[in-house]
Amino acid sequence: MANASSTAARYFEGQVRWRPLEIVFWLAALLPFVVTPAYLSLASQVAITALFALSLDLLVGYAGLVSLGHAAFFGLGAYSAGLLAKHFWNEPLSGLIVAAALAGIVGYLLSHIIVRFRHLTLIMLTLGIGLLLHEVANSATWLTGGADGLQGVKVTSVLGFRFDLYGRTAYSYSLATLFVCFLVARRIVHSPFGLALRGIRENALRMPALGAPNQAHLRKAYALSAAMAGVAGALLTHTTSTVSLEVLSFGRSADVLVILILGGAGRLYGGILGAIIYMVARDQFSGINPQYWYFWIGLLLVAVVMFLPNGILGGLSALYKKSE
Amino acid sequence: MQSLVGVLFDGFAYGMLLFLLSVGLSVTLGMMNFVNLAHCSFAMVGGYATVSFMNRLGWPFFAALAAAFVVAAAVAVVLERTLYRRLYRASDLDQCLFTIGIVFISVAAFAFFYTTELQSARVPEYLRGAVQIMGINFAAYRIFLVAVSLAMAVLLIFLLERTQFGATVRAAVDNQRMARGLGIDVDRAFMITFALGGGLAGLGGGLAVEFVGLEPTFALTYLVYVLIVVAVGGLGSIGGSFVAAAVLGISDMAGKYFFPWLGAFLIYLVMVALLMWRPAGLFGKR
Amino acid sequence: MVAQDISLALPKGVRHALIGPNGAGKTTLINLLTGMLQPDRGDIFLSEERVTALRPEARVRRGLARTFQINTLFPKLTALESVTLAVLEREGHAHNWWRGLPRFGASADEAAAILASLNLAGTENRPTHELPYGQQRLLEIALALATRPRVLLLDEPAAGVPKDESAGIFGAIAGLSSDLTILFIEHDMDVVFRFASRILVMVGGSILVEGTPEEISRDAQVREVYLGKAHRG
Repeated sequence: MANASSTAARYFEGQVRWRPLEIVFWLAALLPFVVTPAYLSLASQVAITALFALSLDLLVGYAGLVSLGHAAFFGLGAYSAGLLAKHFWNEPLSGLIVAAALAGIVGYLLSHIIVRFRHLTLIMLTLGIGLLLHEVANSATWLTGGADGLQGVKVTSVLGFRFDLYGRTAYSYSLATLFVCFLVARRIVHSPFGLALRGIRENALRMPALGAPNQAHLRKAYALSAAMAGVAGALLTHTTSTVSLEVLSFGRSADVLVILILGGAGRLYGGILGAIIYMVARDQFSGINPQYWYFWIGLLLVAVVMFLPNGILGGLSALYKKSE
Repeated sequence: MQSLVGVLFDGFAYGMLLFLLSVGLSVTLGMMNFVNLAHCSFAMVGGYATVSFMNRLGWPFFAALAAAFVVAAAVAVVLERTLYRRLYRASDLDQCLFTIGIVFISVAAFAFFYTTELQSARVPEYLRGAVQIMGINFAAYRIFLVAVSLAMAVLLIFLLERTQFGATVRAAVDNQRMARGLGIDVDRAFMITFALGGGLAGLGGGLAVEFVGLEPTFALTYLVYVLIVVAVGGLGSIGGSFVAAAVLGISDMAGKYFFPWLGAFLIYLVMVALLMWRPAGLFGKR
Repeated sequence: MVAQDISLALPKGVRHALIGPNGAGKTTLINLLTGMLQPDRGDIFLSEERVTALRPEARVRRGLARTFQINTLFPKLTALESVTLAVLEREGHAHNWWRGLPRFGASADEAAAILASLNLAGTENRPTHELPYGQQRLLEIALALATRPRVLLLDEPAAGVPKDESAGIFGAIAGLSSDLTILFIEHDMDVVFRFASRILVMVGGSILVEGTPEEISRDAQVREVYLGKAHRG
């Protein structure tokens, strides 16, 4: 079956190939072990947030949908992992799979409602569903612990490695999971389905005129995105052995959206870059009043939308193109 | 009986406040499809303006309210002319993010200048206390609030249905491209509508100080309610905003009073269900 | 009522032109045929099969394709990506999220061939929004062709294109397979008489008259519509 690639196929091969910069990036991700060992817990949080942002990128960056309630799936993953560890068994890897499955299934079911709509209706539905889930978790104290969070979750080790106080195991675990999910996201994006999603994003009207089933495509995207967000939530539960109500909050949905836009949506690495910058900055400025933090975030949002509509990565790639 | 009627009335009054806060957003969204999540910041401007005019400048209550309307309207126009008009053709997401950024900035700014404490405004004597009608006590201030809102609603409907300007607005909401094609200055009409909407929100903010309280997070707390009113009522519809606001206000109040364990769950569920049934809102076009 | 009491049949392989004044309902007719609008009454058949209840994408899969009067393309996708997407959708591969695009070389080759057949060779790797307007109009047609239609509805394929370039576009259309049934909306009568073998005249939402170019040019009613317009215009 081996034959010389035609010019057309070679174009796509060029798109799919790993860039040297990417390899450098992933190798650099190992640096915290050596360079900043005191910050491994933070690094673990960054990896988890990066994965969450990556999941949102599939919806926002590639399919072109808006979601103000993505924390719903993050929280579903977190709570299902927590409940599994608390009541049944506390092996984390199977917990990841359960969380992904649960979040993915719920995401797929909800998508039947959501993908039928656009504009304000879509925004309000995603917002409403997120708020709804938060309320349910708040009220169902018998299951979730309500506002106090889920107590009694004890995840002590993964694959025989104990979760230590320095965060070494946590970061290894989070980084490895992020990398695996990244590989999956990469496959999705460079597949025919990924191209179809971009088609929907670029012109949702043209797609049916090509025979494309928009809603079926979007439902699948939702399921995949929700599953990945669920994995991120489960990671949080495993690495911190807690589940707080905050995982379902609007604040988390808004934060991840800001992070994705900051880094640049639709570029796979945008969410990761945004997460690094945002989380590190928040850690550095953790002393200041939360109000002032949101002042700078507000200013950042305004600036990004006006001057850097494709985020930092978009700005960098535009600079790079200009220099060529 | 007192409690049922009382709760219904309080809910209705709350709904009327939401109406003042929402109607501007509904019409401007219907006209330009511009998602302005910073709409409640105009309410905050009005609220803090009222407080400042009364407490720092000693103005009487009604004068302060009128000033709140004007100040909020002015801020709205400035914002529209300088920043918003560049984003009319931007994506929904960009508009959301930009205006959320404005909200964050406004929340921080007001926290900085006015601290995070709850504000108070000395309303006139005759507006405090209760009025007895048919043996049931009604708070005088809330009657006042309802009266102002109803008056505004009537004024708005008159403006929309009986004036030349109103006809322009209706045409632009119905079909912007055709309206422009007919030579209607949609941009100017939008600017005036935006100012009016912002002013009304500011008035609502001024009235809210002694009703639900004013603090810097007001713009975010009430944003969700305002969005629900606008989405459920239908874009570009004054009547829709009125009905949705009234229903939301009463349901929220009744829910908190009779079913406190439900929390806001019912509101969100009803909104999601309603939007699925009528995506354009109860009175929206299409 | 934008369109009413329309009864027409498009025989296989014939080049039809749909003409008429602005606002006559020509684009509406295309929207009805493709399923973007639903008729209040009546039926649409594609080769004996009743398609009235089918959604637009289902009609495309049965061989009914269209282009848009205003470019409705994918700005950030390259020309090759756009047409490859159309081919992949047709082949049913677009649901595949696991295999990489390089494995679908045959589909990409077909896309490149379609681009070449419309004189778009060389534009493959350029993002659509960078292409000159005339080439974008051709890309519109390329996308429709990628669905391997039996019936092709072209809504003013040369809209906004200067005279000298529009000849190129219609030359490309004329060069399409003779099995393909084509209906194109057009205002330029020179082009209409050169490329159409049947003409439908639509006025005020209805079909005024239908016939060969000779019959139409002799028809008194048609002359009234166009001559009358020229007087007032």
